[in-house]
Amino acid sequence: MPGDKRPIRDGPCPAALQLTIPGHAEAVSAGLRALLDACVMRNLPDEGRGTAELVLAEVLNNIVEHAYARHSGEIEVTLSRDATGILCEIADTGLPMPQDAPPAGTLPALDGDDLPEGGFGWHLIRSLARDLEYRREGGRNLLRFRLEN
Amino acid sequence: MELQAEEQGGALVVHVLQDRIDAASAIRFKDRMRDVTQGGLRRVVLDLSQVAFLDSSGLGAVVAVRKALGPDRALELAGLTPTVQKVFRLTRMDTIFRIHDSLSDGLRDAG
Repeated sequence: MPGDKRPIRDGPCPAALQLTIPGHAEAVSAGLRALLDACVMRNLPDEGRGTAELVLAEVLNNIVEHAYARHSGEIEVTLSRDATGILCEIADTGLPMPQDAPPAGTLPALDGDDLPEGGFGWHLIRSLARDLEYRREGGRNLLRFRLEN
Repeated sequence: MELQAEEQGGALVVHVLQDRIDAASAIRFKDRMRDVTQGGLRRVVLDLSQVAFLDSSGLGAVVAVRKALGPDRALELAGLTPTVQKVFRLTRMDTIFRIHDSLSDGLRDAG
């Protein structure tokens, strides 16, 4: 993550947005709406917006459910727009990822008699996000990935 | 979670009158679905045409509803919007559920 995370404010539609969201489910719902309404997202085509909303929802909900399973904290989201898409940088102070790596996102087996009701989140993230990187640094989880146009 | 249920062509049609089934609303969706599907109609068609967004929690809730209906009743889906369709396709749940392009297609197929 770059040292300078200040949003760039050049004109009426900034190319970057930084938002801090309390790490609980209701705040994530409201935070997602704010992220999707942000100027930085506005030029995305409809399909790209749907994908962005889905990936961000899965990432943020995972943080609430797993990273902040034992204590509360905040989620810091930085979105930066460039020619080919949006760079997403997401930080939290929750528990580290298991084995210090994001889950593989293997699709659970679809057994007709006992269908899985969960385990799809990381599969969706890995299917839709590009250049996913994770670091644990100074008690923080730092996740970054790209959403293509 | 606002749902509206009605009998149409021998099936129970449940319209979801809300634009998201997500982590914040998945449990309420499951609870409301349990209430509205208590009648004995064998076929349940879930009209998702007003749902613009469904995440993995929402998907899990739809799967849970299907399982709760039991082996003798069917949960079919109709009117998936593009992002919802994408979730079903990427998770291959589109191979498990009977999915109709629109509610009228679904009811026509009922014969």
